[in-house]
Amino acid sequence: MKTKSLSILMFFCLIGIATFSSFKITEAEESIAGYTIGSEAANINLKNVDNTMVSYDNYPDALGFIVIFTCNTCPYAVASEDRIIALDKEFKSKGYPVIAINPNNPEVQPDDTFELMQEKAKAKGFTFPYLYDESQTVHAEYGAVKTPHVYLLQKENKKRIVRYIGAIDDNVRTADLVKERFLANAINELLAGKEVTLKETKAIGCSVKQ
Amino acid sequence: MKHLLYTLALMVVFSCAENKKEVALVKEKVPVFNFDELQPLLSKDNDTTYIVNFWATWCKPCVKEMPYFEKINTQYAKDKVKVVFVSLDFPDKLETQVIPFLEKNNIKSQVVLLDDADANSWIPRVSKEWSGAIPATIIYNSATRKFYERAFNYEELENELKIIL
Repeated sequence: MKTKSLSILMFFCLIGIATFSSFKITEAEESIAGYTIGSEAANINLKNVDNTMVSYDNYPDALGFIVIFTCNTCPYAVASEDRIIALDKEFKSKGYPVIAINPNNPEVQPDDTFELMQEKAKAKGFTFPYLYDESQTVHAEYGAVKTPHVYLLQKENKKRIVRYIGAIDDNVRTADLVKERFLANAINELLAGKEVTLKETKAIGCSVKQ
Repeated sequence: MKHLLYTLALMVVFSCAENKKEVALVKEKVPVFNFDELQPLLSKDNDTTYIVNFWATWCKPCVKEMPYFEKINTQYAKDKVKVVFVSLDFPDKLETQVIPFLEKNNIKSQVVLLDDADANSWIPRVSKEWSGAIPATIIYNSATRKFYERAFNYEELENELKIIL
């Protein structure tokens, strides 16, 4: 019996070795709806946690916007909260304020009601607007499918052009272990009048609840 | 005979790191992999069809669809179908959330935990179609490979599997 099970183990082991380097990826190129790099972002008009309405026009002096789709309880969003606050602190004065948008439908995700958003913003001391996408159309227009999901917009001839899409940095879980600050690097390149080098990154996130 | 067994056992242990983890699994432990260690599970080339599901305990649509994957794992075992759950929970939640969840829900399929922080580097290696949102699923065998960034009910999952089988 023992010999038999060991032989089976050996067999799987050999298969494991044989297939170790044969990783294949399908090359399907499916276009995902929403903005891509270079798209013009439409204006928004959404209710903030302080009950005022916020649009990009509220920031006539801004050079652009750090638009972050995020939510109240997704562990990846929660792990990013302090970094989002730090980004607003670092870049608002340089012309790139943070605009946070919660895309979740509270009927599907009860943790994301407007009232709980207000509590979150107060508890964490958000220094930026935290907007409720009541019509649940903005995230679809942008193509945001998860939280957190970042869109960096740069103003150009009164248009807002998408310059970067993706993650804040290369380590969602642990801020101390971040090696590359994707978003901050992109903003600094724009501020220096350069083209963004790394325009898109991928990150694990919680799917938008609709 | 005993010596032969020990020799075999030693060969197994030393010749194949992956297998060591599979043995640990039998002991009902959830192995923690980085992406390079996970990759062989995404690319086996044998007569089995693998359904690899990326999930987390905090992901409601993931948790909702897990019983359907479990049912497939049982119902289609005779057709050489194997379900593998890849948890994207933070590793410090393994003992406190993941394992209690698996025990409570009596999950029988294989479960591993992927601990690899730089998701930007490995998400495209799972699928170029993947945005990083979960749930996400790969169904593959030696002939076909399909990726799905979506949630399933039982019928939908079974239909996709039947196309590939």
